Amino acid sequence: MELVLSLGIGVLVGSGVWLLFRPRTYQVIIGLALLSYAVNLFIFSMGRLTVNAPPVVQAGAEIDPAAFADPIPQALVLTAIVIGFATTALFLVVLLASRGLTGTDHVDGKEPER
Amino acid sequence: MILTPEHLVIAPILIPFITGALLLFVEDRKRHLKAGASILATLALLGIAYELLEISHASGGRIVVYLLGDWPPPFAINLVLDRLSAMMLMLTSILAIPTLIFSLGRWHKAGLHFHTLFLLLLMGLNGAFLTGDLFNLFVFFEVMLAASYGLALHGSGLQRVRAGLHYIAINLTASLLFLIGVALIYGTTGTLSMADLAVRIPQIAEENRMLLEIGAAILGVAFLIKAGMWPLGFWLPTTYTFASAPVAAIFAIMSKVGIYVLLRLSLLFYGEEPGGGFGSQILFYGGLITIVFGIIGVLASQSLGRFAGFSVLVSSGTLLAAIGLTQTDITASALFYLTSSTLAISAFFMLIELVEKEQNPITSILAVTMEAFGESDEEEEDEEIVGIAIPGAVALLGISFAACSILLAGLPPLSGFIAKFAILTAILNPEGFGQGGTIVSAAWWFVALLILSGLAALIALVRAGIRIFWAPVAALVPRVLLTEIVPVAVLLFMTLALTVQAGPVMRFMEATAVSLHEPESYIEAVLKAPQAAQWRTEAEE
Repeated sequence: MELVLSLGIGVLVGSGVWLLFRPRTYQVIIGLALLSYAVNLFIFSMGRLTVNAPPVVQAGAEIDPAAFADPIPQALVLTAIVIGFATTALFLVVLLASRGLTGTDHVDGKEPER
Repeated sequence: MILTPEHLVIAPILIPFITGALLLFVEDRKRHLKAGASILATLALLGIAYELLEISHASGGRIVVYLLGDWPPPFAINLVLDRLSAMMLMLTSILAIPTLIFSLGRWHKAGLHFHTLFLLLLMGLNGAFLTGDLFNLFVFFEVMLAASYGLALHGSGLQRVRAGLHYIAINLTASLLFLIGVALIYGTTGTLSMADLAVRIPQIAEENRMLLEIGAAILGVAFLIKAGMWPLGFWLPTTYTFASAPVAAIFAIMSKVGIYVLLRLSLLFYGEEPGGGFGSQILFYGGLITIVFGIIGVLASQSLGRFAGFSVLVSSGTLLAAIGLTQTDITASALFYLTSSTLAISAFFMLIELVEKEQNPITSILAVTMEAFGESDEEEEDEEIVGIAIPGAVALLGISFAACSILLAGLPPLSGFIAKFAILTAILNPEGFGQGGTIVSAAWWFVALLILSGLAALIALVRAGIRIFWAPVAALVPRVLLTEIVPVAVLLFMTLALTVQAGPVMRFMEATAVSLHEPESYIEAVLKAPQAAQWRTEAEE
C-alpha cells in the first residue's frame, strides 16, 4: 500500500510540476489541480496508513490508540480540499478574463515571437 | 457567557468578517452606505487594536490566550495575543483607515465588492497575526490571499489581469508548499499548535529530525515567497506596480506577514540553539541578496510604481537579514524599521497615484528617465512665468514626496533614519551600547548594503522629484481631492509621531524582542491557558 500511494503521489507531482511550467494557462491550471491532489494525498498519508481503523473513539472507554486512524489529517484534508477548490475556481475566472482581454491563452498574454 | 477582556482577542477577526459578509447583500449602487460601514468597521478595529496593545503591554507583558470552542490546551485551536501580534494588529488598522479613505476618491467605484474584499483582507491579516496554530495560519493566509487576488485585479484592465495571473499562480503553488510543510511537521511531531511544537521539537527522535527540518524548510520557502526574498520575489514588483493605488498601499503590509511568521516561528522553534539555529544563515544571506536585487531594481526603475515595488523588496531584504542575525537588539530595531518602512511605502504608493494621475503615461516615464534620452531635446519655452505662486496642491504633493524620499532613503529627521540608525547601532555594538564586542564579518556587508540602499533610493527619488516638481516635462496641474491627500498626510504624520515618540516606541520594541527571544513565557501561557470556567472564577474573585 505504501508503494502504491507514494508512486501515485510521485506521478501526480511530477506531471503537475511539468504542466505548471507549460506556457498555456489551461495547462497551468490542470498542473495546479494535479499538484493539489498530490498534496491532499500527502497530508492524508501523514496520519500513517491504516486499514479498517475508525477515526472516532468512544467516549469514556479505555482505548488502544494503535487501533484507530489519526482523525486530524482527515480534517485537514477536508479544509485543504475546500480551499484548493475555491482558489482554483477563482484562478479559472482570471484565466478566462485574460483570454478575453488578450485574445491568447499564453500565460504572458502574448504569443512568443518566432 | 460572560464578556471578559479575553473575548476582545477574537474581535479583530470577527468584525471585518461579519461586516464584509453583510456588505455582500448590499447593492454596489449604495456606495455611501458601504463606505460608511467599512470605515466604521476599520475605526472599531483601530480602537480594539489600541486596547489590545495596552493589554499586551500592561504589567510587564501579558499574553492572552483565547481557546476557540473552549477545548483544553494544547488541543484547542488558539488565538494568542502578545506584544508582537498586538503591534502588527495596530499597524494593520493604522494602514487600513487611510487606504480606505483614499479609495473613496475613485477607486472603490472601479469594480464590484471593493469593500467586502478589503475587509476580508483585513480579516485574513488579523487572523494570521493572532493565530497560534499552524493550520489555522494556513487558513488565514488563504483568506488573505483570496481577498488579495480579487483586490489585485480590482479595476481590471490588461496589465492587471496579466500581472494577477502570475501572482495567483505563484501564490497557489506557495500554498501547496505551505501544506506540504505543515503535513511534514504534523507527521513528525503530532501537533500543530505553535507552542506545543516549540516544546516537542527539541525532544524529537534523531531519525525524524531530518524529515522535520525538510518540513520546516518547505514551510519557510512558502513564507519567503510571500516576503519576496530573492530569487522567490520576482512576482512582487510587477503585481504591486499594477495594482490600484489603495490596494498596493494595503499590500505593503501583506509582504510583512511572511516576515512576521518567519520571525515568530524561527525564534519559537529554534531560538534556543546557539548560532541562531536552523536556517538563519539562509535568511541572512538571502536578505542581503534581496537588498542588492532591490537596489538594482530601484535604480533601474522607469516608473515610480516600479520604484515603489522594488522598495518593498529592499525593505523585505533588510528585515530578513536582520532576522537572520538573531540578536535581541537587532530584532528590536528591525521591528521599528518594519513599522516605519511599511507606513512610508504605503504612503508612497498612494502619492504616486496622485502625482501620476494627470500625466499621460509617457510623460511619467520620461520624468524618471529623461537623462537617458538626452536633455537637449527639451526646448526652453519663452513663457515668462515670474512670480506665480506654486499652487497649493503641487506644494502639498511636493512636501509629501520629499517626506517619502527622506523616509525611504533613511535620512534625518524622520523615522526612517531612526530605524536604520538603530539597526546599525545594534550591529556595531553586539554586546550592548559602548560595550564593544566582536562584529561578525558578514555583518559589515549588511552595514554597507543598508547604507547603499538608502543612497540608491535617494538618487532615484531626487532624479524623479526634480523632473516632476521642478522641471516638469509637462506642466503638472494635479486635481487632488481632499480625501486623497489627507490619507497620505496622515500616514506621513504617523511617521513623524514615530520620530517624536521614538523613545517609548523603541522601549516597546525592545520588550517585544526580548520576549520573542525568550519564548518560555509564550509557551507556558499557551499550554497553561485557562478555560472559560476559570475566567469566570477569576472574574468573580
